[in-house]
Amino acid sequence: MLYDEHLDGALPRTDLAELVDALSAIRPPLELLSSREELTPYECDGLSAYRSPPLLVALPDDLEQIGEILNICRRLGVPVVTRGAGTGLSGGAMPLPQGLLLVLSRFKGILELDAERCLARVEPGVRNLAISQAAAPHGLYYAPDPSSQIACSIGGNMAENAGGVHCLKYGLTVHNLLAAQVLTIEGERLSLGGEALDAPGFDLLALFTGSEGMLGVITEITVKLLPKPPSAKVLLASFDELEDAGRAVAEIISAGVIPAGLEMMDRLAIEAAEAFVHAGYPLDVSAILICELDGVEADVTEQCARVRTVLERTGSREIRLARDEAERQRFWAGRKNAFPAVGRLAPDYYCMDGTIPRRRLAAVLERIASLADEHQLRVANVFHAGDGNLHPLILFDANQAEQLERAERLGARILELCVEVGGSITGEHGVGREKINQMCVQFRAPELEHFRAVKAAFDPEGLLNPGKQVPTLARCAEYGAMHVHASNLAFAELERF
Amino acid sequence: MDTEHPDLTESLCAQVREAAAGRYALRIIGGDTKRGLGRAVVGEPLSLAGHRGVVSFEPSELVVTARAGTPLAELEARLNQAGQMLPYEPLLTGPACTLGGAVASGLSGPRRPWAGALRDFVLGVRVIDAKGQALRFGGEVMKNVAGYDLSRLMTGSHGCLGVITEVSLKVLPKPRAQLSLRFELGWEEAARRLAKWRAQPLPLAGACHDGKALRLRLEGGEAAVAATHARLGGERFDDQWWQRLRRFELELFDDPRPLWRLSLPPGTARLPIEGEALLDWGGAQHWLKSDAPATRIHAEARRCGGHACCFDGAQVELPFTPLDAVMLRYHQRLKAQLDPLGIFNPGRLYPEL
Ligand SMILES: Cc1cc2nc3c(=O)[nH]c(=O)nc-3n(C[C@H](O)[C@H](O)[C@H](O)COP(=O)(O)OP(=O)(O)OC[C@H]3O[C@@H](n4cnc5c(N)ncnc54)[C@H](O)[C@@H]3O)c2cc1C
Repeated sequence: MLYDEHLDGALPRTDLAELVDALSAIRPPLELLSSREELTPYECDGLSAYRSPPLLVALPDDLEQIGEILNICRRLGVPVVTRGAGTGLSGGAMPLPQGLLLVLSRFKGILELDAERCLARVEPGVRNLAISQAAAPHGLYYAPDPSSQIACSIGGNMAENAGGVHCLKYGLTVHNLLAAQVLTIEGERLSLGGEALDAPGFDLLALFTGSEGMLGVITEITVKLLPKPPSAKVLLASFDELEDAGRAVAEIISAGVIPAGLEMMDRLAIEAAEAFVHAGYPLDVSAILICELDGVEADVTEQCARVRTVLERTGSREIRLARDEAERQRFWAGRKNAFPAVGRLAPDYYCMDGTIPRRRLAAVLERIASLADEHQLRVANVFHAGDGNLHPLILFDANQAEQLERAERLGARILELCVEVGGSITGEHGVGREKINQMCVQFRAPELEHFRAVKAAFDPEGLLNPGKQVPTLARCAEYGAMHVHASNLAFAELERF
Repeated sequence: MDTEHPDLTESLCAQVREAAAGRYALRIIGGDTKRGLGRAVVGEPLSLAGHRGVVSFEPSELVVTARAGTPLAELEARLNQAGQMLPYEPLLTGPACTLGGAVASGLSGPRRPWAGALRDFVLGVRVIDAKGQALRFGGEVMKNVAGYDLSRLMTGSHGCLGVITEVSLKVLPKPRAQLSLRFELGWEEAARRLAKWRAQPLPLAGACHDGKALRLRLEGGEAAVAATHARLGGERFDDQWWQRLRRFELELFDDPRPLWRLSLPPGTARLPIEGEALLDWGGAQHWLKSDAPATRIHAEARRCGGHACCFDGAQVELPFTPLDAVMLRYHQRLKAQLDPLGIFNPGRLYPEL
């Protein structure tokens, strides 16, 4: 999935020597990487099947430097790809061979942590978990907890609107930000949001959240901190039938309970996790649900009882309540390490991220299983069931080119299935490079043009992260031509080439 | 699917196309209850009132989708029957107040600091763009990061970026227990207590100071509410008071002077502006009745890190706190991209938009 000028639009040719020359004049001096071996670690993000070396890597450690880098790149017409920690799973931070990779991992400062005002103001390279660790002595934490939280950066979280296992109750990144500072490609500084609960004008804080480095570079973020709930209990329920587990999810919500987290794993994922971290999961079942309830002790106890009733009614074979904090952590460890655990089952895995209405869970999981059979690949499912956010993990071997292709085809089919049942091609990992074609399935031409109009308001020359998130109509025409979906040809009005 | 009311999308699109072809502006109208919220718009009225009805409501999905002209009262009644609610607690300016008008105005009620704002619950919108095309962004699922978040961009854009025809909102079960408590104390002591409680996991869902007393609302499970009551004390009062607050029915709103809303950092004390005020959202939202000059009110709000808007906008030249030059430029660019002919509510928010 390398940049294709034929489909993604022309890229400027960059004169490396001229660029290095200009960047070398920046004071204080800036670390630049350009040798083959220095560039290798930056060839891909967490989606390692897609790689491409950048022309140049810049590692600023001072805000002023970022502004100057952007000015220079704009003057010379050099595309810029911003990178946080590089844990993204959609190729959003994948570099361009003609572009500069702007790495923000050195901006690790927590600028302010105010326990009384319940906020933290941080630099974009700060790790997600580092914020909660810094807040912990005050009994506070930052709620969104992607499974990658030990590594991913808060800047990357905002750029992707990252989620986590506790989003059902506490919201996504967009719900937990107060303010941000952004630099546009024109080097202008925008101050979005604020300490008041809303800001005048359009909601640009929301617009920049999930904008995948396409509209500007996020240079500072103020997050909301929440008081830690005094009590948290975890129930682990096992099911012989996937369908019952799916029904249980919908019924828990219908019963008026909003769990802090409600996660599901299927047989293959359970076996992998158990072998990897020994979480104590039952092994001979079709699915498990992990349901966390938190709040004041008395409420949690009462909610546990209600969830238990629903689980029994929906046919759970066994329901276990974590007896203590250690067991609760263990139940979660299996879930949080599920990706690497599944990763041990095959040379490579490909993680999908579609969302669907909760009531379609069982039917969609069944369809995925039969699609997997058709493509002769194994799929493990481990996901945010309460949010209807699936993470089918497709197992394959990238060294066999034909397998990668098959995995991609299966992935595309799964995402189209999500759209078909009224869902989305991505719930939290973003479009990046990976799902650029599926955007043509989810949106029609005028909607994509609307996205491009938004982009043009902030980056008229298209220098920020070109080729990501929003496909050109040419790409959709090509994709539509080889791929007729739902019996109507997308972009029929466009000529095929 | 609503069968009682017709789907008017096609005719609304045609009206927008006509406006674009004839180069005239449109004044978008929901229930027209907030006519005063913002600057007066000169334009042909485009009414959404007939485009109404709940399109889908699936309690187990926690999602409701309704057309923009649906009266909020109707929508809330429908949710109420299923034991659910709009957690952000809409402000109700009158029985005619519509979902589209509420989303375009982007305002939230007393529960907002704890439950989240209207924009936090918007999952998807259908809009009509400047070419008169019907577009859809977001959807009915809880998580969706495909493309830019245009649903939230449209929320609070005061109809300046397009016509909202349909909205999907996340809803939540109503709290099992509710309790309202009054504490006779001055703002300073109230602010001190609020700051302390903020960092604690308390089931708060309202905190309003009227100059004499702090009013708290507790919501949650029975046990949590009872335990918090026992801990905090206070004198009980009628929960309906919060309904009167969000319906603008308290005595303060009878004052003939213009009504201002000030959005400020939590815990902000009464600003030194003459008039009557009510400090809601634990000090983060002040309702002010004042005939002080708009420039003064904006300056004071800004000095405290916030902003202001006037609900009797026709009476003042700048009902919304002006943006700084850079922000205004990007707002203008966004407007120029999404509404190049300037047909949607021109000047409603700012003269330059
Ligand atoms: C094992 C594993 C588990 C994961 N689990 C989850 C999960 O549970 N939930 C979830 O949501 N995600 C998950 N992810 C995906 C990933 O961690 C998130 O998308 C994360 O937000 C990316 O952060 P990053 O700092 O690594 O960003 P990068 O990968 O470096 O960049 C991601 C995107 O953001 C842009 N970007 C980064 N920083 C900035 C900035 N400062 N300004 C502007 N643009 C910027 C980049 O250009 C790119 O488009 C997981 C990944 C892995 C590997």
